[in-house]
Amino acid sequence: METLTGYRRENGAVGIRNYVVILPVDDISNAACEAVGNNIQGTLALPHSYGRLQYGEDLALHFRTMIGIGSNPNVAAVVVIGIEENWTKKIADGIAETGKPVAAFSIERNGDLETIRQASWKAKEFVQWASELQREPIKLEDLTVSIKCGESDTTTGLGSCPTVAQVVDRVIDAGGTVFFGETSELTGGEHLIANRMATPALKEKFMETYNSYVDFIVSQGVDLLGSQPTQGNITGGLSTIEEKALGNIEKTGTKEIIGVLKPAEKPANGKGLYFMDTSSAAAECVTLMAAGGAVIHFFPTGQGNVVGNPIEPVVKLTANPITAKTMSEHIDVDVSGLLSRDITLSDAGDMLMECLTRTVNGRFTAAEALGHKEFVMTKLYPSA
Amino acid sequence: MHKFLIHYKGDHVGVAVQDIAANEKVQGVFMDDNTTIDVRAKAAIPLGHKIAIANVEEEAKVIEYKVPIGFAPNGLKVGDYVHTHNLKTLRW
Repeated sequence: METLTGYRRENGAVGIRNYVVILPVDDISNAACEAVGNNIQGTLALPHSYGRLQYGEDLALHFRTMIGIGSNPNVAAVVVIGIEENWTKKIADGIAETGKPVAAFSIERNGDLETIRQASWKAKEFVQWASELQREPIKLEDLTVSIKCGESDTTTGLGSCPTVAQVVDRVIDAGGTVFFGETSELTGGEHLIANRMATPALKEKFMETYNSYVDFIVSQGVDLLGSQPTQGNITGGLSTIEEKALGNIEKTGTKEIIGVLKPAEKPANGKGLYFMDTSSAAAECVTLMAAGGAVIHFFPTGQGNVVGNPIEPVVKLTANPITAKTMSEHIDVDVSGLLSRDITLSDAGDMLMECLTRTVNGRFTAAEALGHKEFVMTKLYPSA
Repeated sequence: MHKFLIHYKGDHVGVAVQDIAANEKVQGVFMDDNTTIDVRAKAAIPLGHKIAIANVEEEAKVIEYKVPIGFAPNGLKVGDYVHTHNLKTLRW
């Protein structure tokens, strides 16, 4: 395989991009962050909708996501801006544990303009420093990969998800790390995932996670008919959640699962395959996985989901020949030859591995070139 | 040339990989062992949608990927177009 290159960060984690992020702690600090992003070229502001009057596990998830995004090895340095000092410092301190440069600014007692002035000076310093960092040779085992499919149809289970499975198995065999998630979209095949858990304790933890999600839906007196499968899934030929889930699960490969992660949680059991409890909504799921430390995402699509992420490149593949033709600008790898049987699954795996290599080494994915930067926080509770 | 694929021997349905016309006799390939099956479609089946390759009793489970993907309230006959009108979830 061609040499892989990346950025080895202060804590040894390896990234494939080199962003200087301007991170708002809360919704009302977006304007200051975007102003800094406009002032200093080469920085990336990440506006979002939350961070005020959250509590309990919902607040813990907010902090975990913010700290996780700043800590992601695709990020070289971070300027954190919040309305007040305490939560701003908490997030900056969390990111600083990685050893990367972080600076915190709060708006109260300063106002937007003074905050923007100070933060812009620091952002300029960070971006000039980061722009001199060099790529170095890395190995497949250094990568943390995430997977999630979207706008699935039956071609997903026939072609694009089994192709991702080829890459997942190869990354795990090489000693790398992979996250999969989409809790609601395991329905009908949850036993298949449970049976791949490395220990009885993990199996129990997984089933608790899955059941608590289903129990929440039931407790609301609703069901997911009309949402799972989605209207796009049904147009694409998927009839039930079970059928959708079984196609989805195809992409997880064949390896043992060594951990069950909370949303945006970092892996703690070493390298290998992990389940992360996430929404099945594309932008939320990829954001949570990026916060967990994933540096490259593989996204099989059937009907043509167009999602991207600001800090984690999203590689899209499809086996649907209509989607490959009508939405070609979004598709990085066309594996529709699997349906016509012009290529084998192993061929498709090779094609996706080649795309992995080129993407790791710096080639923009379709979503990066098209400017897809969906940064979407997951919120568990109504705000206080 | 095949017009549909079946994941595993024993599955009740295959997936059209090209549009299939009503009354067309079409070949399917089992992806696990590359053997083939010929079925006459009872209705038009668009690319990505399912065709029954086995009869299924009323209220019986429908198998794909070797696993139940739902049940058929009115049963299925070989060649039927299978979708949300005749295949229902067992979960919600």
